[in-house]
Amino acid sequence: MIETTPAALEVSDISEASETSGPIETDAVVIGAGPCGLFAVFELGLLDIKAHVIDILDRPGGQCAELYPEKPIYDVPALPVVTGQELTDRLMEQIKPFGPQFHFSERIDGLVREADGRFRLTTDAGTEFLAKVVVVAAGGGSFTPKRPPLNGIEEYEGKSVFYSVRKIESMRGHDIVIVGGGDSALDWTLNLAPVAKSLTLIHRRDEFRAAPHSVEKMRKLVEEATVRLMIGQVTGLEGANGQLTAVDVKTASGTERIACSAMLPFFGLTMKLGPVANWGLNLHENLVPVDTERFETSEHGIFAIGDINTYPGKLKLILSGFHEGALMAQAAHKIVYPDKKLLFQYTTSSSSLQKKLGVK
Amino acid sequence: MTKITFIQPDGESQTVEAENGLTVMEAAKLNDIAGIEAECGGACACATCHVYVDEAWRDKTGKAADMEEDMLDFAFDVREGSRLCCQIKITDALDGLVVRVPAKQF
Ligand SMILES: Cc1cc2nc3c(=O)[nH]c(=O)nc-3n(C[C@H](O)[C@H](O)[C@H](O)COP(=O)(O)OP(=O)(O)OC[C@H]3O[C@@H](n4cnc5c(N)ncnc54)[C@H](O)[C@@H]3O)c2cc1C
Ligand code: FES
Repeated sequence: MIETTPAALEVSDISEASETSGPIETDAVVIGAGPCGLFAVFELGLLDIKAHVIDILDRPGGQCAELYPEKPIYDVPALPVVTGQELTDRLMEQIKPFGPQFHFSERIDGLVREADGRFRLTTDAGTEFLAKVVVVAAGGGSFTPKRPPLNGIEEYEGKSVFYSVRKIESMRGHDIVIVGGGDSALDWTLNLAPVAKSLTLIHRRDEFRAAPHSVEKMRKLVEEATVRLMIGQVTGLEGANGQLTAVDVKTASGTERIACSAMLPFFGLTMKLGPVANWGLNLHENLVPVDTERFETSEHGIFAIGDINTYPGKLKLILSGFHEGALMAQAAHKIVYPDKKLLFQYTTSSSSLQKKLGVK
Repeated sequence: MTKITFIQPDGESQTVEAENGLTVMEAAKLNDIAGIEAECGGACACATCHVYVDEAWRDKTGKAADMEEDMLDFAFDVREGSRLCCQIKITDALDGLVVRVPAKQF
């Protein structure tokens, strides 16, 4: 599992939505920028349906970018071998003519139907959308930080155990423990060392996956005794009422107790269904049942494609999600343009489709 | 067929027979061994197929490769003998292999 490295993102030439006061009005909102959400933009775009795409990750690609960017995929038609990241990059290129608006690092929390039949969607950052159709392409759910299975950790979360830090200042004066050996752990070690009262970095081995230059900087801080590096694993938490006072660390020489007032564990991300469960959609074992003609959920106008949906014979494959997106778009067209008749066309020969693709 | 024994944290043990060429993770999933989640399906991308290889077998299974070591950073309570069992290929040499399932997979 790869940790988020913001530098990996290069979508600057695709419009990032700007902050607006009222809700953003659009034809379609696509929830999830995994391969299926991205390809849905293409299929919708061919039918003149404009889309905004939201993902909790800080970049496109879903599982392909987050879990296996460098691993080869062999079963995407016409691409004998393609890595997760390459596939993502190619999809981004393919959908560029349709100018999708991306909202990264935001999670869709609320989804309700308005009196006029449209859907109002809200993100955890307060962005609002009004959309005629919604495409749930949420894959295995939102990517969420992995919670170390330490007894009672829930009680401390958000109070003295944090999986991300919004404001560096909020950590000033704390005795901080950071756990992990990847980029997130190292980046936060470097960022928080100047404001912390004390900072201990705990990792299970004296080797780090993080970028070599961060590791070098960290080693320097350790030499200067600004940061303490411990090779070991956290086995227990001490504290009361959500306030951490110490952690127990198992090292090669025994167990040591480290006093601290805040802990930041970085063990990568895992997928949790998350808010999808709260939108009033029928669910079956954490999946959204759909029909195989329109890929519509139990709510008219809300579609579900890719790994998040289920139907008899469903295969969680990228290629299935692509097909689902094509059929979904046909059904979405009936809602977005109720009076327009849809003509079946090929991209090879239709001059109107080619115009949309910017090749004519 | 090669025999592999999985021992649960409570001591309960199950011995299964598996075909050479499969991975220990696949043998576990085919036989519904509890505690082996294998969320990523064996791509060395999730660390939820963590096991402790019995001491007597560590020479035969060998050590984790670099990519696997990196992924083990995401496992809980990593010890000597920790492996991601999707990265252990079953061969005749592993007939009788004993692995322990950790208390938690994260
Ligand atoms: C290691 C590995 C190897 C694989 N190999 C193959 C292969 O060879 N061939 C193949 O076809 N498939 C393969 N797959 C499966 C393939 O990656 C998935 O089928 C595919 O990623 C599904 O795409 P998706 O767009 O439906 O969802 P995902 O890729 O899961 O993306 C969903 C996105 O939605 C976001 N999201 C969810 N809820 C919200 C919310 N409320 N608000 C904002 N964002 C949200 C998530 O953060 C995520 O980024 C593999 C998977 C793994 C893990
Ligand atoms: S099954 Fe995911 S790492 Fe082994």
